[in-house]
Amino acid sequence: MSKLSLRGVVKRFGDSTVCDGIDLDVEEGQMVCLIGASGAGKSTLLRCINLLEAVEDGEIFLDGEDIAVPGLNPQGVRARIGMVFQSFNLFPHMTALENAMLAPRRVHGRSRADLVGEVEELFTRFGLADRMHNYPDQLSGGQQQRVAIIRALAMRPEVMLFDEITSALDPQLVGEVLDVLLMLKQQGMTMVLATHEMGFARQAADKVCFLKDGKIIEEGPPEALFDAPQREETKAFLARALK
Amino acid sequence: MNTTKAAGLTRREKYEAQQRRRSLIVAATSTVVVVACIIIFIPMTPGWEKVQRSFFNGDVLADTFPKLLDAFKINLMIFAWSAPAIAILGLLIALARDAKSPALFPLRIFGATFTDVFRGVPVILTVYLIGFGIPGLGLPRPWNSPYIWGSLALILTYAAYVAEIFRSGIDSVHQSQRSAALSLGLSERQVMRDVVLPQAIRNVVPSQMNMLIALQKDVSLLSFIGPVEIFRQAGVFKSLTANFTPYVGAAIIFLIVTIPATRYADYLMAKQMRDRS
Repeated sequence: MSKLSLRGVVKRFGDSTVCDGIDLDVEEGQMVCLIGASGAGKSTLLRCINLLEAVEDGEIFLDGEDIAVPGLNPQGVRARIGMVFQSFNLFPHMTALENAMLAPRRVHGRSRADLVGEVEELFTRFGLADRMHNYPDQLSGGQQQRVAIIRALAMRPEVMLFDEITSALDPQLVGEVLDVLLMLKQQGMTMVLATHEMGFARQAADKVCFLKDGKIIEEGPPEALFDAPQREETKAFLARALK
Repeated sequence: MNTTKAAGLTRREKYEAQQRRRSLIVAATSTVVVVACIIIFIPMTPGWEKVQRSFFNGDVLADTFPKLLDAFKINLMIFAWSAPAIAILGLLIALARDAKSPALFPLRIFGATFTDVFRGVPVILTVYLIGFGIPGLGLPRPWNSPYIWGSLALILTYAAYVAEIFRSGIDSVHQSQRSAALSLGLSERQVMRDVVLPQAIRNVVPSQMNMLIALQKDVSLLSFIGPVEIFRQAGVFKSLTANFTPYVGAAIIFLIVTIPATRYADYLMAKQMRDRS
């Protein structure tokens, strides 16, 4: 059984169909990269998996359990699936440490004292031990994004979703964030990324999916997809993206 | 060698220093001219001596000022208990209007009606209607006190405005903050309490400061239903002395409080603009 399975997922905004019948399987410990032009539906798909958007049709299975059932309380699912956004979205009125501790305190009802050691450990592991007590506006973009990852990890999620998390960063800060993803992969985290970092997808992904107009047009291991794409659309996209 | 560097200033710095001197001279000259005009021409108007006697009488001011200050304590007292009540009620109304659960629909209707009514009626009318109307029910002392019902009128009116400001503050928190908080598994209520409200309240502090300043002045409206606060006290002195100077004294006392408060609100506003850019 796949860790995460999507079957025929459809999402519309008004008249436009953003996800048009998407099937996807993500195995435990896999890193799956979604590539494609802006507007292809990558971000919306991630938001659907995290139940931030309600799907019109289709099923989403987490450990075999359908989480796209209408009327299901999304909180329990979101607590198991972490998400990191392009624009960091740290809470500006809290320190980095408080950002990371808020959800475990509120959702799991854990005390600060109980949590602090474990969360500090995360900051140390990702090289931010000296930044824990800073507010977001005192951190660089790369640091903020790493704090956002730590904040999601503090919930001990089973799956992590990354929505173009390096797109808002200066080029010299991209590396430090991608390094974090590699560390997570080594630790066996199940991950789905929407990304424009083709080099990274090729190097680190277990599977790459090319999306166009809300459909997965082509998918496969990175070598196959990048070196020998089958579909004309994929070739055209890669020709532009890799130039 | 560059000669401008020899003076320790760059060309730009020299130019700017010159510009500053010029602005200073122009500003000083124009101020002196305007003030001189006021000093010279106003006393030349035919009614000036009378106005001076009845509005700017030093003896009357000296006699009445301490008692006006005493009366102002009543304003401060009414202000002191109304302001926190307004903040709490305003926030509750704002939250009621944003309630999403269908069970809370009546609360939403109530919130909307409340803000419509109390923003739509002049404060003085609300003060009259509540201040005279409710004690008219024949309530026993102390429940017929105009202090209670006058304050309530102010609280209701101001809460309606304050609620709208809180609501605009809630709207000013970007949607992505909600997404991030929800994605962590927080409930709608927790998102509101821990993430949205703290930011919303901080965003509206300068606007709410302005409401406090307005409230401070509107406390005087309660004089129309009884309490002898500063405005009413000044009226009493006007009758006793047949002179309007006590009103000027009252105005001075208000300004002593409101000018620093206004400056502070402006400072907060400017600081917020800086922080956002």
